[in-house]
Amino acid sequence: VKPNSNRIDPPGSFKISDNFRSYSGLRRKKNPILRSLGEKESKQQSKKMSSIGTGYDLSVTTFSPDGRVFQIEYAAKAVDNSGTVVGIKCKDGIVMGVEKLIASKMMLPGSNRRIHSVHRHAGMAVAGLAADGRQIVARAKSEARSYESVYGDAVPVKELSERVASYVHLCTLYWWLRPFGCGVILGGYDKDGPQLYMIEPSGISYRYFGAAIGKGKQAAKTEIEKLKLSEMTCKEGVIEVAKIIYKLHDEAKDKAFELEMSWICEESKREHQKVPDDLLEEAKTAAKTALEEMDAD
Amino acid sequence: MTFTIPIDNGDALKNAETDSQRTLYPYVTGTSIVAIKYKDGVLMASDMGGSYGSTLRYKNIERVKAIGKHSLLGASGEISDFQEILRYLDELVLNDNMWDDGNSLGPKEVHNYLTRVMYNRRNKFNPLWNTLVLGGVKNGQSYLGMVSMIGVSFEDNHVATGFGNHLARPILRDEWHADLSFEDGVKLLEKCMRVLLYRDRSAINKLQIAKITEEGVTVSQPYSLKTFWEFQAFHNPTAGAQGSW
Repeated sequence: VKPNSNRIDPPGSFKISDNFRSYSGLRRKKNPILRSLGEKESKQQSKKMSSIGTGYDLSVTTFSPDGRVFQIEYAAKAVDNSGTVVGIKCKDGIVMGVEKLIASKMMLPGSNRRIHSVHRHAGMAVAGLAADGRQIVARAKSEARSYESVYGDAVPVKELSERVASYVHLCTLYWWLRPFGCGVILGGYDKDGPQLYMIEPSGISYRYFGAAIGKGKQAAKTEIEKLKLSEMTCKEGVIEVAKIIYKLHDEAKDKAFELEMSWICEESKREHQKVPDDLLEEAKTAAKTALEEMDAD
Repeated sequence: MTFTIPIDNGDALKNAETDSQRTLYPYVTGTSIVAIKYKDGVLMASDMGGSYGSTLRYKNIERVKAIGKHSLLGASGEISDFQEILRYLDELVLNDNMWDDGNSLGPKEVHNYLTRVMYNRRNKFNPLWNTLVLGGVKNGQSYLGMVSMIGVSFEDNHVATGFGNHLARPILRDEWHADLSFEDGVKLLEKCMRVLLYRDRSAINKLQIAKITEEGVTVSQPYSLKTFWEFQAFHNPTAGAQGSW
């Protein structure tokens, strides 16, 4: 069924037809200047959408009849297409790991950082559109800084995750903004101990023992559930996370990847930092051996 | 000591309000800092006093602080402005650390940053009322510099602030030489601090000496210097005064 791309609907009209999918329907713009801009937009809009949306997916300010906001769900799909990000809360800290899919052999190892420090005691691992992720990290840094400047103490992780979540949610409320195409795992260590939060493009933020986002998130979650996190130290956790990421990396689909890991624990003096090189190497070797053992079976 | 310099902040009627927003005079002040380069790095000495005018009100103020991994900052002058500067530097160092790229701010960079801050505040007639001493070691290079409240900034082998300029620096000019050992350096600084203790009315006999080397920063515990007051002239000082009461 070919949508009629040449037709320009009069402003203010909303058309959904049973026979064909029209993408030039939705007009909410009352401003005459913006109205003309909108008309230009609709001609250039992509027409290939899966059947779920069907006209309710043009704007983040539209609900579908069954109560879904499709733009947010599509944003979540952007996250699902990126490399896996895993975070676990061990008994003495947090460990986060990222499967960085290497786009080109020309890239320098260690570049394209996916895990960022947000403050001394907190860090964020990002999955999804990298540029969007940069914005979220910048905002989190700014929130943490302003909290410390006003209240004189490091921002509690719960507070930080609420602020970041409400910022992400903000971008799902207006038609002139698009939702962030990235999910974030926020790990921090404050007076209440180590905490792990995950913030999705919808603006939802929950606290987790173990969380995963990205391509292999289902497999990662299954693996995490097998672990006894409450008895594990961060040192052991680093090795486990490396094993999980190596396991769920699909050799066939994406060739090479780089493992980036960070932790916040007693050993790192409750500061967010990259896992030290020797421990990282140890984890990588352990993961590779575990994989070979599995293949040998 | 109120200045009535016209400020081009728009509304001339608001001048009175804006006047009170600028630093006009310091309230709680620290006295001199004396610092020297030595063989392994930099040594900085300061006493722990905070004066409220002529009252020696606070006797436990640390006026020398470590900045990042490579620098030491000592300040004389208004203590609250020093605390504000420490807040700025804390943010600077935090942002530097969050890059996590293997680089860290060295003493030269911090000194330059402070010079910019002090000079720009002075240009707005709202200075941070401090004289700062910045010492550090990075990649084997020792660095020692100073910034005043009007933005005058320079580097030298030995620096001092306030009364230290007048009392300590002549001693240092005579007795400082390159490659001082740690013990000799401390002895030299103690000599300067003793003179300041005798002659500077806002100095107290409780000092700290901080050392920075390639390995890091160590700030000593507070201690006092031995002083000698048994000079003949101090015995019965009013002996020659007539009609004194």
